[in-house]
Amino acid sequence: MNASAVSLGEIVEAAVESHRGKVGALLPVLHAIQDKLGHIPRDSVPFIARAMNLSRAEIHGVMNFYHDFRSEPGGEHTIQVCRAEACQAMGSRELELHARDRLGIDFGETTPDGLISLEPVYCLGNCACSPSIRINDDIHARVSAESFDELISRLEAED
Amino acid sequence: MAVRVYVPRDATACALGADEVAERIRDGAAGRGIDVEVIRNGSRGAFWLEPLVEVETDQGRMAFGPVAPIEVPGLFEAGFPGDADHRLSLGAVEGIDWLASQQRLTFARAGWTDPLSLEDYRDTGGFKGLERALQMEPQAIVDEIKESGLRGRGGAAFPTGIKWQTVLDTSADQKYIVCNADEGDSGTFADRLLMEADPYQLIEGMTIAGLAVGASEGYIYLRSEYPHCKSVLSDAIDRASQAGYLGENLCGSRNVFRIELRIGAGAYICGEETSLLDSLEGKRGLVRFKPPVPAVEGLMGKPTAVNNVLSLAAASTVLAQGAAFYRDFGTGRSRGTLTVQLAGNIKRGGLVEIPFGETLRELVEGYGGGTASGRPVRSIQVGGPLGTYLPESHWDVALDYEALAEIGGMLGHGGVVVFDDTVDMAQQARFAMEFCAVESCGKCTPCRVGSVRGVEVIDRVIAGQDREFNLEVLDDLCDTMIEGSLCAMGGLTPLPVRSAIMHFPEDFGD
Ligand SMILES: Cc1cc2nc3c(=O)[nH]c(=O)nc-3n(C[C@H](O)[C@H](O)[C@H](O)COP(=O)(O)O)c2cc1C
Ligand code: SF4
Ligand code: FES
Repeated sequence: MNASAVSLGEIVEAAVESHRGKVGALLPVLHAIQDKLGHIPRDSVPFIARAMNLSRAEIHGVMNFYHDFRSEPGGEHTIQVCRAEACQAMGSRELELHARDRLGIDFGETTPDGLISLEPVYCLGNCACSPSIRINDDIHARVSAESFDELISRLEAED
Repeated sequence: MAVRVYVPRDATACALGADEVAERIRDGAAGRGIDVEVIRNGSRGAFWLEPLVEVETDQGRMAFGPVAPIEVPGLFEAGFPGDADHRLSLGAVEGIDWLASQQRLTFARAGWTDPLSLEDYRDTGGFKGLERALQMEPQAIVDEIKESGLRGRGGAAFPTGIKWQTVLDTSADQKYIVCNADEGDSGTFADRLLMEADPYQLIEGMTIAGLAVGASEGYIYLRSEYPHCKSVLSDAIDRASQAGYLGENLCGSRNVFRIELRIGAGAYICGEETSLLDSLEGKRGLVRFKPPVPAVEGLMGKPTAVNNVLSLAAASTVLAQGAAFYRDFGTGRSRGTLTVQLAGNIKRGGLVEIPFGETLRELVEGYGGGTASGRPVRSIQVGGPLGTYLPESHWDVALDYEALAEIGGMLGHGGVVVFDDTVDMAQQARFAMEFCAVESCGKCTPCRVGSVRGVEVIDRVIAGQDREFNLEVLDDLCDTMIEGSLCAMGGLTPLPVRSAIMHFPEDFGD
């Protein structure tokens, strides 16, 4: 076994161990792995399967069902643009187009420099001050094309 | 003594810069040698005034809002935190009519307290319901809930007492309480607001539910789109456990009740209770056939009470104040208070808790103040993404479960999303189908495939291809979805679609 496989196994082991004995622990385990690595590597699935006594197909099925789980690495930052009705009423359709244009990527893609992944989201619970976006764990309200550009420039400058 | 200044920690307040406001107030005070204690309270739900900063004085709390971070230096120059004559000064917080005219019951504490302070919670009547429940037989607790007339706040409005009775009557070695905190409807944030502003009320309500039905384990299933809420809830559960309000020997009694916080993974359908249970079991969130209902066979096949955040929170009010107190707030079969959320293109958006019976128009024009854009309102979607689009001729409907049902609508979780006259209702109908296609659990063909077909057909109508024919195809498709869907996702998606076509035909090329 090579070094990265060993550490992957250890990461899975730790995630499973911290949820041992819990009802239906697969989701918390997947969240824990993704929180640590930014995604759930395909190579980790056999480890998860063994540690949790599940089939690989079951794990793939669960990973594919939920929008949050990704099996490929994402960008350093994840930006979610809300596409739901309250935000639509405040111009999110235009904001969505602007975001794709500014970043030069579509939903589900990552900028070539690996800085930003763009994802759709359906409501962030900020619907009284729409349109809303989320950057990592921060939510931003009443986002305009200009304030979107400012937020992106800040991320680019930090880099 | 330090001046106490309140700056909400709520997600919307933070989305408008509340963290930076708090920082700038601390720095500004330090620079001027003023002794200030900044408290991060919950939001009152007047989101149009956020960040709403309050200063504690002898005359009560003085409010300033909306305080964007750049306003802070100007506030200090005007004399803040002392008597400040400033454009953003709102006077005493109790004098803000938008809040004062509401009838806050479930949200009475929101904004007044530090959400994580157990002392604040106890000082404002917290844990009174739990203390009373601990002295009662399970059946007496269930009876109290039944008498209160409390109906589920998650959307279906099912009587909570009857659900709890079913769980109580079932014998099993293990029963569960599951709090549905998936709040996926666009235009809703009441659950989030409550959990971020007053988490102990939910914890208390869940514990009462546990005592009532004989469950020792509770889960809160929280959507992953709510990171602020996650942090407040996990801290609140820790603190309540350390203080003996959760865990073994609850409040010194022989009872046990634990709560575990679980995070969803981005799936609207997991708000449907049986899909939620599958998700909690670590599976794909597929909707289950009913019967059996979860109250009989729920989590891991055990009797489970699945309730919305607000239903569980209300249980603590019912137990603290008595069934009659709660029941006397309502009209007809709609008991307690009405919680609506004003969202979308609205000037004064936020959470409104009032008696049932006010009309949609009064709400949107009165509390809401019309649109944010200043243009005329054209369409209002009530009850989330599966709710009807209502044209002006329907705005005089009273907001209660029955009155809305009569005009083919539903109150659901109380979301009110306002659109101005720039809205293209054909695009809204298209989105309803698209949303169903994205979020369908995939179990029924009419929902999974019908919604994809629905998008295509609406695209043809929009493009002006065989308009009459394609509208007929769409109508048939809606019938198929209604008849052949297991749950409301596929079964109700035709509501927004058909209401858009019926009430706004001009947007469909008519
Ligand atoms: C598609 C769909 C989505 C739902 N989403 C939610 C939700 O996000 N939150 C919620 O409390 N109930 C939701 N419900 C309703 C639940 O199935 C269930 O009725 C509710 O959790 C019961 O709690 P209550 O009786 O306290 O309202 C949804 C139902 C459907 C069909
Ligand atoms: S109607 Fe749709 S979401 Fe509901 S069970 Fe069927 S496929 Fe799943
Ligand atoms: S609809 Fe965008 S935040 Fe709720």
